[in-house]
Amino acid sequence: MSNIKYILGSFGDPDEMLTGIKKLQENNISIYDVYTPMPIHGIEAKLGVKRSRLDIAAFFFGITGTITMLTGVYLATVVDWPVNIGGKTHFAFPDFVPITFELTILFCAFGLVGSYYASTHLFPGRAPRVMDLRATDDRFVIAIDAKQNAEHDKIDELLKSAGALEVKHNERKYISYE
Amino acid sequence: MAGHNESILREPLITGKDITYARITEEILSPVENKPNKAWWIGFILALCGATLWVVSVGYTFWFGIGAWGLNKTVGWAWDITGFVWWVGIGHAGTLISAVLLLFRQNWRNSINRSAEAMTIFAVICAATYVVSHMGRPWLAYWVLPLPNQFGSLWVNFNSPLVWDMFAISTYFSVSLLFWYTGLLPDIATIRDRATGVRKKVYTIFSFGWTGSVKTWQRFEAVSLILAGISTPLVLSVHTIVSMDFATSVIPGWHTTIFPPYFVAGAIFSGFAMVLTLLLVVRKVLGLENYITMFHIESMNKIIILTGSIVGVAYLTELFIAWYSGSQYEMYAFQNRISGPFAWSYWLMMTCNVISPQLLWFKKIRTNIAATWVLSIVVNIGMWFERFVIIVTSLHRDYLPSSWTMFSPTWVDVGVFVGSIGVFFTLFLLFLRVLPSIAIAEVKMILKSSSEQSKMKLIKEGNLDKEHVQEYIESLEKFDSVKQEEYAKI
Repeated sequence: MSNIKYILGSFGDPDEMLTGIKKLQENNISIYDVYTPMPIHGIEAKLGVKRSRLDIAAFFFGITGTITMLTGVYLATVVDWPVNIGGKTHFAFPDFVPITFELTILFCAFGLVGSYYASTHLFPGRAPRVMDLRATDDRFVIAIDAKQNAEHDKIDELLKSAGALEVKHNERKYISYE
Repeated sequence: MAGHNESILREPLITGKDITYARITEEILSPVENKPNKAWWIGFILALCGATLWVVSVGYTFWFGIGAWGLNKTVGWAWDITGFVWWVGIGHAGTLISAVLLLFRQNWRNSINRSAEAMTIFAVICAATYVVSHMGRPWLAYWVLPLPNQFGSLWVNFNSPLVWDMFAISTYFSVSLLFWYTGLLPDIATIRDRATGVRKKVYTIFSFGWTGSVKTWQRFEAVSLILAGISTPLVLSVHTIVSMDFATSVIPGWHTTIFPPYFVAGAIFSGFAMVLTLLLVVRKVLGLENYITMFHIESMNKIIILTGSIVGVAYLTELFIAWYSGSQYEMYAFQNRISGPFAWSYWLMMTCNVISPQLLWFKKIRTNIAATWVLSIVVNIGMWFERFVIIVTSLHRDYLPSSWTMFSPTWVDVGVFVGSIGVFFTLFLLFLRVLPSIAIAEVKMILKSSSEQSKMKLIKEGNLDKEHVQEYIESLEKFDSVKQEEYAKI
């Protein structure tokens, strides 16, 4: 048994990479992940990445902001310290629309971005799990788990025929740890 | 997407031959990865002198109090609020470009959004320093926050636009920062993967471990779109609330319902002018002509004509309503603006904001870099005077003729304002050195569909309507980064 952990097909062109994905999938070879320097629309469906639920989360974070502000203002201006301003109602709703709106946006944005960072494991100082250093520059990289897919020669051939500029056999998963 | 061809009638967003993904990275990162050139150092030293002036002037204000400024009993708000509103206005272009233009799928935003957002953040920082420094007792700045306390009247006045403003500006700043930073992650990762040694360690921390896997990118785009959706009303709300600082008061000349839309249009107008002032220099000095093309410049100029004209209409509407309202005080405020002792500033504002941007209707001027640059500075001057006119001329002749007076700034007023420009440029120039000034990933996205080379390939393949090709080639004439000889052959 060889020590190869991952096979990387490094493409110079996104369309060729898409051909690569198609060919691998036609041959029932499972793809571990794909690393690209820019978003490639449509590949998430091919690779079985589920639809994002961040929009739903964002809505609830926003609503939380709305409720927080309205409750807070109510407590401050009606319950805790009502001020009589010319006999007007204590809870002057139209006056609180701008701040309620701002807090809705604030909660929504922070909640959304926080959930995004949490769900994709992004945080300051995280050790980057990079398989190919050029995947953030000019290469579109398909990573295949070598242990799960035994036919290494066939994988190489499929990747090359799709237009891969380079096929790497990595014995370590993440080269960025070196 | 990659395999999709864009209509030949659309002008290219990336010009030049043999642009590859590697070359995009190389060219955009060259100011970050190499030592700065002479132009950068000259700019940086000048900006640093300005920033020092700011520290001195603000320090002087803190030490001696607001009395150091030229304010008097009648004019209690002048250069400080003028400067504040001016900076907040400038800070509107970045989020407008990144949010509104994203929602409208305007791909030309891709190469200008990064620096425009950075500019937004620095402009809002400058605005925030005004808020703190005009408080008189800046060490009590946290009193604007609705904190439970034991001081007496307990809560901030939630009915006051000044409190709304605090919420608006802080939300706007933090949301813009999030938007900007999230967009920066892939590009910081690009720098990280090319760097070595200490640089690599630093960029590793700031890249948050970005890898560019499918799920991260897919979620990234979802987040960008939602953030754009919520930032769009946010941008509009911020200057609306700033305008309410004035509009909800009962001072003639301020108490008008047209203020919110008029301020928002003015903010976009001045923001785009500042983006042009900066980017026209940046593209030249950093050699980014292929990414920030004449199409980008012309598009921004078109937005300037539109918003400038809205501002012009608003000025005229204000005058009409002052007369039509039948209110003597309102009418006098405007008569005084037009022909009173500060008439020079009113007419300077009119010339800079209403008349001179109309020159951009001429294509020759709109596509001339030097003319555009000069006009963008004229607009910035005009917009500063707009706020000066609104604030000072409404105050200096109040209800009692015995308290009528003039306003003249002291050196501290001037120092704080000129200094804030220095702070702004210091931050912007540092940004150019440590972070990519163009969103690398986003430019790569449009390389295969909207670049000059991809369109050239389409033309060479044939199969296109001859008239369309002709029209496309004619549209390229204005580009300073396109070699015409290539097209003469076709």
